[in-house]
Amino acid sequence: MTTPTDPPLLDIRNLSVRLGEGAASPALIENINLRIRAGETVGLVGESGSGKTTLGMSLMRLLPPLLDRGLSGQIHYDGDDIVQMDRAELTRLRGGEISMILQDPMASLNPIFTIGNQLKEGLRLHATASGSLEDRAIAALESVRIPSPEARLQNHPHQMSGGMRQRVVGAISLTRAPRLLVADEPTTSLDVTIQYQFLELLKDLQKRAGMAMLFITHDFGVVAKMCDRVAVMYAGQIVEEGPVREIFRRPRHWYTRALLDSVPTLDQALDRLPTIPGSPPSVANRPQGCRFHPRCANAQAKCMQMPPMAELAPAHDVRCWFPLQEQRGAA
Amino acid sequence: MADATSGANPPNAVLAAISRFWTSLDWPLRIALALLVVFVFVAVFGPWISPHDPLKGSLRARLAPPVWQDGGSWSHIFGTDRLGRDILSRIIAGARISLTVCVLVIAIAGVLGTAIGTAAGYFGGWCDRVLMRLVDLALSFPVILLALLLGAISGPSFTNIIVVISLTLWSQYARMARGETLKIRNEDYVDLARTSGLSDRVIIWRHILPNIAPALIVVATLQVGIVVVLEASLSFLGVGVPPPAPSWGSMVADGRSYIASAWWLCMVPGSAILITVMAVNLLGDALADRINPALRGRNIQ
Amino acid sequence: MFKIVAARTVEALIALLLMSIVIFFLSRLTGDPVALLLGDGATEADKIKLTRDLGLDQPIVIQYLTFLGKALTGDFGRSVAAGNQPALQLIMARLPASLSLAGVALAFTMVVGILFGVMAAVRHNSAVDIAARLIALVGQSVPSFWLGIVLMYVFAVQLGWLPTSGYGRWEHYVLPAATLGLFTLAAITRLVRSSMLEALGSEYIKLARVKGLSESVVIWKHALANSLIPVVTFMGTFFAVMITGAVIVETVFSWPGIGRLAYESILARDFPVVQAVVLVITSLFIIANLLVDILYVVIDPRMRSRG
Repeated sequence: MTTPTDPPLLDIRNLSVRLGEGAASPALIENINLRIRAGETVGLVGESGSGKTTLGMSLMRLLPPLLDRGLSGQIHYDGDDIVQMDRAELTRLRGGEISMILQDPMASLNPIFTIGNQLKEGLRLHATASGSLEDRAIAALESVRIPSPEARLQNHPHQMSGGMRQRVVGAISLTRAPRLLVADEPTTSLDVTIQYQFLELLKDLQKRAGMAMLFITHDFGVVAKMCDRVAVMYAGQIVEEGPVREIFRRPRHWYTRALLDSVPTLDQALDRLPTIPGSPPSVANRPQGCRFHPRCANAQAKCMQMPPMAELAPAHDVRCWFPLQEQRGAA
Repeated sequence: MADATSGANPPNAVLAAISRFWTSLDWPLRIALALLVVFVFVAVFGPWISPHDPLKGSLRARLAPPVWQDGGSWSHIFGTDRLGRDILSRIIAGARISLTVCVLVIAIAGVLGTAIGTAAGYFGGWCDRVLMRLVDLALSFPVILLALLLGAISGPSFTNIIVVISLTLWSQYARMARGETLKIRNEDYVDLARTSGLSDRVIIWRHILPNIAPALIVVATLQVGIVVVLEASLSFLGVGVPPPAPSWGSMVADGRSYIASAWWLCMVPGSAILITVMAVNLLGDALADRINPALRGRNIQ
Repeated sequence: MFKIVAARTVEALIALLLMSIVIFFLSRLTGDPVALLLGDGATEADKIKLTRDLGLDQPIVIQYLTFLGKALTGDFGRSVAAGNQPALQLIMARLPASLSLAGVALAFTMVVGILFGVMAAVRHNSAVDIAARLIALVGQSVPSFWLGIVLMYVFAVQLGWLPTSGYGRWEHYVLPAATLGLFTLAAITRLVRSSMLEALGSEYIKLARVKGLSESVVIWKHALANSLIPVVTFMGTFFAVMITGAVIVETVFSWPGIGRLAYESILARDFPVVQAVVLVITSLFIIANLLVDILYVVIDPRMRSRG
């Protein structure tokens, strides 16, 4: 086991992604600081458009060219800065060191090629492994519990179900035993039972490989199941970060609290589902000061200035002038 | 758009709308639009602005070079052809022919294709299957050959080229109309119209056609260039507009044998075709982009 | 897969049959072949004799069946102008020149168009991309008969680099093939560029990059394979453009192919040959479309497992 004093595997410092070069261009994400230790799972939660996916993609430098040019700050991975890497270094990093499970299992397999072909492409790059390519491809499918893997290697993506494809994508992403996996809402397009199975599988694979994970989702239920720590994003910033249990029990940011309250639980009648009024601002019209203040129940004059990220409890940071004090459920 | 059609607005508002539209265009599009306006103006008012009679020439003035060449004169800006006819006047008359063919073909092919495509998409089933086979058949008939066949039998005629080009191009409208109709056939407002007992005819006229019109207008715009080139090609081969009417295509054919000595006979009408078609294609692409924004800005997700 | 191929073949045969009906009736309804064949100075007795010889006194359906039966055995009648030769023989003698020209033009446009389209998409909005867009615009706007004359004027008359016309050596192919190919080159460049842009933005390209594949494998394998499917679906159209263009280009460059044969036969009012050329070219066209359909089923796995 690692202890908190070890240097983190991934250390994101002051990361911003702007629409093009120059500090004046509007930013999709701004001044992100986040650390992930080896073997740890960090959840990244927020509404759509909050910048979660942009953050995930920037870790692998897979942003569209315009946004990639607008990347600033540092992403330290094992001592090297990903932001400074050239194409050859990135190719080495991708798949082998950091890998990713993409959102849409229907679209992330190439429709033209067989599963075997797409799996072996990655396996071929895994220099240290032993055994024939065929055997390793079969083993990879077995590891994600796909029945009769030999036959499946000859299949094309359209011949498989959505859940099956998601597991193939998982197998492809994990073929080279990466040390960090970015999972971008890997289960949103699957139905509930298959979601559950896939999450179990992922957790199991992670435990066996000792892999760290950045788990992007908008679903707090999934966070509770998968993550050790969680960071909440709103309008391109991290507004709260801390251990999962503490955030659940005692959220400090008003946005986190509102998000948690909109998760339906079994003992809650549906007509009392509290929602957050308004909608998140677009990249171009982000408000001055605290990004959340136009929708916040507790907005005050001071909120017109941007609050700093402050540590309120050990390893629990929040970006709010008037953080919540009481525990959840008490009110 | 609405400003321009409702007469109640003061002229200032119309001008403002036009200038707003103009500033929204980039330079290539502005040039293209200006060229197209010139083309239509010349085609419509040709007989009144033409400096000479396009059909009459004097053999004494034959093969006069254009004004910027040695021996050229301002009375024949683009020179004269082998019969001494003024080329500028013939270009102007040729624009009128091109525009007439475009308007007629697009009207005939558009109505025919839209009717067939909409019916196929709306009614579906066997109707769809039969009509779409017909479309495939029309697509598999090389148009020039049909024109050659007709030309061989009955000689070149204006009616022939209209019929031949329309017969080839209607299928594009049919495909588009069918696809668009299929997209909106099951929309709520169409269902609502159906359940409230409106007849199919009324639904098609009032709910389907207005919604598929933008896509069809794009097809029509993109077809203008095809029609101009086809008409010119057929006239070049001698099965299009019958002489002595000055089609741009037959002017190029006339000038071919003089290419070494009097290059302007080919170059002037050929450039007229190229410039017109390029302008129309540029505008057509821009229109297609505006109407189907899904294709725009794909580079930024 | 076999079922699809069989169904397509049957459809192609039906299309051929329909086409023969169209051509036959079109030629019967719009003109009197007797008057065409004999010209103005013929006597009434000549006309009656020829009408009987040609079987034109029979009911039109019988006439069609006779025509079809003969056509199936390769008998399209005899040329009026070219010394009474069988029409099919004339066509067969000219076919290699047309096919080799179309083949050269198609090969050239495919290679250059795909290269250009891929580079334009990969370097989106760069100089290459702007050049590709310009070529696409000009190529789809310039009439081929005029382009041929301009190229001939510049490269043969003025510069003297290439022959104006002729057939046999490679130099003879350059200008006609360039003229014939430019429209298709423009179309392929455009098509590949836009489908590559779409493919490069897709999730499966992201996954290919996530895997750590090199950029060349990502582009030339994963993106291009998908971008070629629309090119294949348009192959039939390209072939039609080439055939249509062949009539014009062969006329401009005096190329001894079936396109020029068709044109010359019209000038000579050699009706049996025109009819035969139109039928042969249409058949070629339908066969090409059939091959494209089959190719499409072969390369797209999604089509293969259907049916």
